[in-house]
Amino acid sequence: MKISNVLKLFASVLMLSFGTSAIADTLSDTKDRGHVRCGVSQGLPGFSNPDENGNWVGIDVDVCRAVAAAIFGKGGDDKVEYFPVSAKERFTKLTAGEYDILSRNTTWTLSRDAKIGLTFNGVNFYDGQGFMVPKALGVTSALELDGASVCVNTGTTTELNLADFFRANGMSYEPVVFEKADEVLAAYDSGRCDVHTTDKSGLAAQRTKLAQPDEHMVLGETISKEPLGPVTREGDEPWSDIVFWTLNALITWDELGLEAGDALKTIVGDTSQTPEVKRILGVEGDQGGHLGLDKDWAYWALFEVGHYGDMYERHVGANTPLALARAGSPNAGWKNGGLIYAPPIR
Amino acid sequence: MNVRTDIIKPPKQDIFKSGKFRSIVVQIIVMVLVVGSIGWIVNNAATNMKANGISHGFAFLWETSFFDIGYLPFIEHTASHTYFNAFVVGLLNTVLVAVLGIFLATIIGFLIGIGRLSDNWLVARFCGFYVEVLRNIPLLLQLFFWYHAVLRILPRAKNSLNIGDSFYLNLKGLFIPKPIPEVGFNYVLLIGIFSIISIIFLFFWAKKRQALTGQQFPVFYASLAIFIIPILIVSFLNNTPMYLEDPVLKGFNFKGGIRLIPELVALLLALSLYTASFIAENVRSGILAINKGQIEAANAVGLQRVPILRLIIIPQAMRVIIPPLTSQYLNLTKNSSLAVAIAYPDLVHVFAGTALMQTGQAVEILAITMSVYLTLSITISLLMNWYNSAMKLKDS
Ligand SMILES: N[C@@H](CCC(=O)N[C@@H](CS)C(=O)NCC(=O)O)C(=O)O
Repeated sequence: MKISNVLKLFASVLMLSFGTSAIADTLSDTKDRGHVRCGVSQGLPGFSNPDENGNWVGIDVDVCRAVAAAIFGKGGDDKVEYFPVSAKERFTKLTAGEYDILSRNTTWTLSRDAKIGLTFNGVNFYDGQGFMVPKALGVTSALELDGASVCVNTGTTTELNLADFFRANGMSYEPVVFEKADEVLAAYDSGRCDVHTTDKSGLAAQRTKLAQPDEHMVLGETISKEPLGPVTREGDEPWSDIVFWTLNALITWDELGLEAGDALKTIVGDTSQTPEVKRILGVEGDQGGHLGLDKDWAYWALFEVGHYGDMYERHVGANTPLALARAGSPNAGWKNGGLIYAPPIR
Repeated sequence: MNVRTDIIKPPKQDIFKSGKFRSIVVQIIVMVLVVGSIGWIVNNAATNMKANGISHGFAFLWETSFFDIGYLPFIEHTASHTYFNAFVVGLLNTVLVAVLGIFLATIIGFLIGIGRLSDNWLVARFCGFYVEVLRNIPLLLQLFFWYHAVLRILPRAKNSLNIGDSFYLNLKGLFIPKPIPEVGFNYVLLIGIFSIISIIFLFFWAKKRQALTGQQFPVFYASLAIFIIPILIVSFLNNTPMYLEDPVLKGFNFKGGIRLIPELVALLLALSLYTASFIAENVRSGILAINKGQIEAANAVGLQRVPILRLIIIPQAMRVIIPPLTSQYLNLTKNSSLAVAIAYPDLVHVFAGTALMQTGQAVEILAITMSVYLTLSITISLLMNWYNSAMKLKDS
């Protein structure tokens, strides 16, 4: 299992070593293949997780579905192949070309952007790192964690923020580092660690998987900024543009306060709509053409997947097991005091 | 038959047709191809990485790592140390597991292997059972068994199993008292070294005496006495200049004392018990390879069981045992990289895991990691070859 991961990583490296770096044209490769290849987590409820029928669902999955619908039109959201990857292997496999979008609760950072050969294409969830502890421990603040054993995922920003936080506060700790999220959780649940740390959304998701979720609490402190979003390889601008603008079309529709899905059938024929709406849906102008797509790219993305708010409420919102209320959080629209903001589609 | 000798005269030497020349040419061609391919791969990888905006080269080794490592038995590592330091920590942790694992596997393997040939039915059966079971279950599964099943039933730190307020066992590991030297300990150390030197002299003296006169000297008991008595006297005179620091529960964890983390224990258990089952088989076949006449002769001379084993059987069996033993040692060392499956921070976990991910420099890091395993393997092979030739039958 694990050794084979090392071997797979090695295979990716070989691809990097033997492959010739022709000018990448991911869009036409994708059209030829007939589906989008999307890297996701190995199972993080709300973000990317297989449902009871084995279909991938989540707010990260929806980004890939929307891109596929923007490219392939009606029913295109099903034309996605998913590649579940651990935090550790996600970038190597993306740069080696195993998949073309990495939509896996991945934080946008300088070194990932500038050093590893990645392009970040906007943010679909603003997150921050937190700590979860058993209530029985009697801890109420992260500043009381001096000397604790902390379970954490390898190859994450989490591992680095953890080191920063304890160093900045002059506290010591024992990192217990696992490769898989499930192993982190099991080690925490058994008591090998006193503390579980990851993105707060991840804590909310992981808590639902614990034997007794009610006996655990997430501490108040948020120790980092974790803007999560879809990632592509550096060096294929047109492809990155498609991912970026598809996500932003979903956000724009949420800002406009319009309904997506079936309601679009009437909106598209309604001549009284604003020029902006007509432009996004491809009734006027050809924004899709600039991206190398059809005029109605955004129409199909919105039709099949819904807008940003739909996506949020469906997977992580107040009425889901994660119960992360959108209002008042950074993931509210900018008009409501949040950070979700799309550049103009024109 | 009559043979005309003039025909058999060697033909005129044509260097282009000589086997030696051809072999050299072939070797040169192969060499050029291999070096050329490697060069091409390296160059191609570098070009590709550059084109894709991925950094490359080895300069990252001197950059700040920004991550901590959980188990540091040898040297310090904090988030402000370099990636190179993290590499050294990982390497040392790998060597630690390999050395301890080889040590344990050898002892257990020899005991089980010899036990399997025992006349005692129960012992022989148990050893046979051990070999059949452990050899046939995948190592990773055994590792998970020890780590996730056995070591996870231990109590939490607060409810540790407590032995005499000095030894504690819990989910976070085994905590034992740590000997701390005090003033005057140097005298004890000095006398200890002196005793060891005396024991070495005694050993040679006894050997020589036995060769000359045939008389045996109780070297073992004498050595024990030489080692222990002076140390006890000097310690007593200096008011026992050593004190045992007991581990105590402070906050989340035990402080003080020596700590054995569960990850290391699970890895050692899995590696040594698994490898021991193979070593046992090597030992058994080595012993069985010895001519029965040797044992019968030893019996006829009136030697006891243990001396027969120690003086006649094992030394001869070693020649058969060592080569396959070497490959078991190599296997154990390479298998230690299964550490990534649990949270033991070995080389693969720390360097080919966290460091690789944080730097993105997969090619360089995997190349370094593979060279390390290659070097470790070659070192073990060389040591074992040297030992093998030392153990060879010598004509005298
Ligand atoms: N956002 C952080 C952390 C992402 C991360 O991998 N978190 C873990 C812990 S919740 C996870 O999602 N694991 C899911 C999996 O392994 O499939 C990053 O980009 O480094």
